[in-house]
Amino acid sequence: MAAEELTLSSHIQHHLTNAKMCSTDAGLAFNKACADSGFWTWHVDTLAWSIGLGLIFLWIFRSAAKKSTTGVPGKFQCFIEMIVEFVGDNVRDTYHGNSKLIAPLALTIFVWVFLMNLMDLIPVDFLPAFAGFVGETAFGMDSHDVYMKIVPTTDINLTAALAIGVLILMIGYSIRIKGIGGFIAELTLHPFSSNNKVAMIFLIPCNLLLETIALVAKPFSLALRLFGNLYAGEMIFILIGAIGLMQLPLHFIWAVFHILVIVLQAFVFMMLTIVYLSMASAKDSH
Amino acid sequence: MNLNATLIGELIAFTVFVLFCMKYVWPPLNGAIEARQKKIEDGLAATDKAEQELEVARKQAAEQLKEAKAQAADIVEQAKKRAALIVDEETTRGQQEREKIIAQGHSEIESERSRVSEELRKQVATLSVVGAERILEREINQAAHSDIVEKLVAEL
Repeated sequence: MAAEELTLSSHIQHHLTNAKMCSTDAGLAFNKACADSGFWTWHVDTLAWSIGLGLIFLWIFRSAAKKSTTGVPGKFQCFIEMIVEFVGDNVRDTYHGNSKLIAPLALTIFVWVFLMNLMDLIPVDFLPAFAGFVGETAFGMDSHDVYMKIVPTTDINLTAALAIGVLILMIGYSIRIKGIGGFIAELTLHPFSSNNKVAMIFLIPCNLLLETIALVAKPFSLALRLFGNLYAGEMIFILIGAIGLMQLPLHFIWAVFHILVIVLQAFVFMMLTIVYLSMASAKDSH
Repeated sequence: MNLNATLIGELIAFTVFVLFCMKYVWPPLNGAIEARQKKIEDGLAATDKAEQELEVARKQAAEQLKEAKAQAADIVEQAKKRAALIVDEETTRGQQEREKIIAQGHSEIESERSRVSEELRKQVATLSVVGAERILEREINQAAHSDIVEKLVAEL
């Protein structure tokens, strides 16, 4: 009983571990050798899958863009234009400024995150098992030492990177629209203000603290929401995958439900990005 | 949950993807959509205009048709009048012709009759003279009685 529990938990642990790469004194090292390499560790599976999916996204849309005509569009072009128009409409409805960046940014986030989330629907054992098989036969590794996490959005590094990108843009837009003084004023002069200058000196640190928290909470919630949803979903898939034959109906039900989560999370991430950037661009956000 | 260098890699990838999308994906696709919307809009406007023009043309055609019909009716009316006039004229002329022919016939008949009666008179005179000659051959001298015969002839 104890042994079985151990295998189950190690199985889950195995599924939840990224393939790591780091450079040590002896050259490039992988996985367990990187246990204490600290910050300079690379999750090669996250990087490879996310960049691969990003390239697929760009390749599909670029090929549609190259073939796009103003005449009667083909079915493929219609499909791509449908997505572009959906994103464009959402951006137009929410962001009222004039920006060449927001719409392509929203499109990239929506489709890329959707594709990465979609990897969640591939049965959890397929690709890790295949990777283990390749590692064992081609490189003579122990298949338990080969890690492969195929859903990049279950890696906090990826969602945090997206959120940090959005945070940088938020600060950038704030400064571009309101000027650096306006941005600082927004951080320090709200929500408490007083006509008394002495009182104001005491209020400014409070304001700065609150506003900074409010500012940082946005990318935090973005990153953690996407990561949490997908990580939990992946976890459920792994647990279902561990219970034997009964997993089939359960897996089906959870997968059907998860289709909703996948699209919804991609949409929410896109939508909130637009909303945050539009708040950052608004002259009177308070 | 461990943040590491992957974050930097993903941030770079994200930036590159967004920039690529901004430069090579979004503008052509959005441009094509907007251009097509413009095209459809223009097409619809043109359709509206053409419809209006068609309506105007239809009205014009109806008016012209009406005018043509009125003209045709006029012409027919005139032709009828003309025909009636011609018929009248011809009838009158025929009548006159007939009367002329009849008059001519009458005069011819008259002259023929007078000629015939003259002839007849002459023949009767001759015959009566011959008859009288026969009857009176023996006793009457032709020369002595010719004045009586002449008188008879004149009485016929």
